[in-house]
Amino acid sequence: MSATQPEVSRKLGAAGRLNEWVNARFPLQKLLAEHITEYYASKNLNFWYGFGVLSMFVLVIMIVSGIFLTMSYKPSATEAFASVEYIMRDVEYGWLIRYIHSTGASAFFVVVYLHMFRALLYGSYKKPRELVWILGMLIYLALMAEAFFGYMLPWGQMSYWGAQVIISLFGALPLIGEPLVEWIRGDFFISDITLNRFFALHVIALPLVLVFLVVLHIIALHEVGSSSPDGVEIKENKDARGVPVDGVAFHPYHTYKDVVYITIFLILFSLVVFFAPTAGGFFLETANFDPADPLVTPEAIHPVWYFTPFYAILRAVPDKLGGVILMGAAVMVLFFLPWLDRCKVKSIRYRGWQYKVALGLFAVSFVVLGWLGLMPATGFYLILTQIFTVIYFAFFLFMPIYTSMEKTKPVPERVVYHA
Amino acid sequence: MHELTRKLLAVVAAGVLLTPVTSLAAGPSIPLDRANNDVRNVASLQRGAQLYMNFCLGCHSAQFMRWNRIARDLQLTEEQVMNNLMFTGESIHDTMQIAMPGGDAEVWFGKMPPDLSLIARSRGTDYLYTFLRTFYVDENGNSNNKVLEMTSMPHVLWELQGLQRAVYDDNGDWTGFEQLRAGSMSPEEYDRAVRDLVNFLDYVGEPIQVERQRIGTMVIAFLLIFLVLSWLYKREVWRDVK
Repeated sequence: MSATQPEVSRKLGAAGRLNEWVNARFPLQKLLAEHITEYYASKNLNFWYGFGVLSMFVLVIMIVSGIFLTMSYKPSATEAFASVEYIMRDVEYGWLIRYIHSTGASAFFVVVYLHMFRALLYGSYKKPRELVWILGMLIYLALMAEAFFGYMLPWGQMSYWGAQVIISLFGALPLIGEPLVEWIRGDFFISDITLNRFFALHVIALPLVLVFLVVLHIIALHEVGSSSPDGVEIKENKDARGVPVDGVAFHPYHTYKDVVYITIFLILFSLVVFFAPTAGGFFLETANFDPADPLVTPEAIHPVWYFTPFYAILRAVPDKLGGVILMGAAVMVLFFLPWLDRCKVKSIRYRGWQYKVALGLFAVSFVVLGWLGLMPATGFYLILTQIFTVIYFAFFLFMPIYTSMEKTKPVPERVVYHA
Repeated sequence: MHELTRKLLAVVAAGVLLTPVTSLAAGPSIPLDRANNDVRNVASLQRGAQLYMNFCLGCHSAQFMRWNRIARDLQLTEEQVMNNLMFTGESIHDTMQIAMPGGDAEVWFGKMPPDLSLIARSRGTDYLYTFLRTFYVDENGNSNNKVLEMTSMPHVLWELQGLQRAVYDDNGDWTGFEQLRAGSMSPEEYDRAVRDLVNFLDYVGEPIQVERQRIGTMVIAFLLIFLVLSWLYKREVWRDVK
C-alpha cells in the first residue's frame, strides 16, 4: 500500500493536495464531518427548531455591524451622542449599519426567547441535554449584560437614566450595596468613566464570553444530539452503518432549510430596519433622541422591551431589596428547569393537560408582565403585576408536583414524518 | 456620599422604584393635532427651511445638519442655499450653528434654547405641529402655550399667526382660542406654514428617511425572490427524504 500512496497524491489537483496537507496537521475533515456533513438531526424538525440557527445568525450580524460602528463611535461622555449622529448622517451607509445593530439587539431577544420557548415545548432541557440548557442559560445571562452595556453607549436620556436605575439596584444589597454601586460606576455617579468601561465590556469582554459560550453550547449539543418535536431520541434507532434512520445530515438537509428560515427572518428584519427602525419607540426609544442630561429626569424611565417582564417583577413588591431578589430569582429559577420537571415524556405532543395549561399560563404571564413593565406600577397595574408574578413563579415552584401527576400519551418508537 | 449622587438616587428611587413612573402618557397636557406632513414633498421642505432660517435659527441650532446636505436633499444649488438660507457667512460644509452666545441665552430665556436636530424624533411631529399653533396671551398678558405650559419660548411666529387668547367654558375647561390681533396669514395659511416647518424638522431629524425606504423596497423585493429560490432548492434537496 505504501508504494501506491505517492502515486495517488500525484493524481490529486492542487486543492486536493492542500486538503491533504492541512488534514495531516489539523482535523479539518474530521470536524466538518462531525459537526456538519455527518451530524444527524431528526428529519421532522419544525420551524421552532430554526430559532437556534437564527440566534447564531443574529450574533454574526451584531458582531459585524458592531465592528463597523466602533470605527466611528467615540466612547466619551462629551462626544458619544454626537458621534452616533455623525454615523447616522455623515458616514456612508452609517445609518444602515446603526439601524441593523439597534434592530439586531431586539431581534436577538426575539429569536432567543422563541428558542427558549421551543425548549419548553419539546422538553429540550431534559436528560441528556441538561448541560446544553445550562450553557444556553449562561448565554442568555451574558446576552442580557451585553444588551445592557450596549444600551448605554448612545448616551441618550434613556441610556443614562436606564443605566442609573439598573445600577442603583445593586445598592439594595445590604452592607456591600453602596460600595458595589460605586465600584461598578467607577465614579460617584454615572459618568465618562462608566461609559468607557461599559464600552470595553460591550465590545470586547462580553462578545468574547458570548462566542465562547456559543461554541460550548454547540459542542455539548452535538455530543448528545438535537432533540425532536416528538421527544424521540433518533440515536436509539440506527441502521447498519450506524446512521440514525430518522436523522438526516445537517448539511445539506438542515442547512438548506436554514437558508429558507434565514431569508424569512431577513425579510421581517428588513421591514423594521428600512420602514420602522424605531419600531414605534420599542426598539429605539424616543427619549433616547435627547442627549443624556444628569440634571433632567425623563418623564418615564423603563428598560427596553426585552427586560420589561423582569422589570415588572422587580416592581411587584414594594420593598426594593425584595424586588431585586425576586427579579434575580425570576431569571435564576430557569437554570433548575431540568430538575423541576419530573415528567418522563419530553414533547408537549404526548404530555398531560397539566403541563400544557401551566406552559400556556406561563407564556401569557411573561408577555403580560412585559407589557406591565412599560406601565406605571400603581393601582390596577400593580395588582395585575402581582397576580402575573405569582403565576410566573407558580409555573416553576409547583412544577415537581403537577408534572408528576401528568397522564401522558404513549410516545411513538419512530419520529412522525410526512414527506 | 456625594451630594449630587444622593440627589440623583433619591430622584430615581422615589420616581421609579417606590411610586414608579407616572405614565408613558404624561407629556403634552392637551390632545395633539395630526401634523400629516410628508417628507417627500420637496416644495414643502423648501418652504419649511426658509421659515426655519428666518424664525428659528436665531436661537435654535441644528448642529448635526449640514448646509450642503440641505442643498442636495432639497434640490437646491449650493449658491441658492448660500444666498437665500445662510445669513452668517459660514461655509456650505458647516452644520447649522447659531451666533447667539450661550450665556446671553440663559439670561434672556432662563435656559439655553435646545438644539433642534432631533426634536422631531424625540417629541414627534404632532407635538411640534400642535405646540407651534397653541401659543396664546394669558390673563397676565404673558405669552403662554397649551402644549407646554409656561414655556420659556416666546411666540416667535406671532407676526404670521397674530395673537390669540384662550377661551374657557363655565367649568374652567379650555375650549379654544379667540383671535385678538390678526397676523399676516389666515388660520389656514398659518397651519400650512407650520406643517411645512414641522416637515422640515422631520427631515432634519433623519435626512436619510426617504432614501432609506427606497432602498428598503428593493431589498425586500430581492429577498422575496431569493425566498422563492431558496425554498425551491430546499424542496429539491429534501426530495429524497422519505
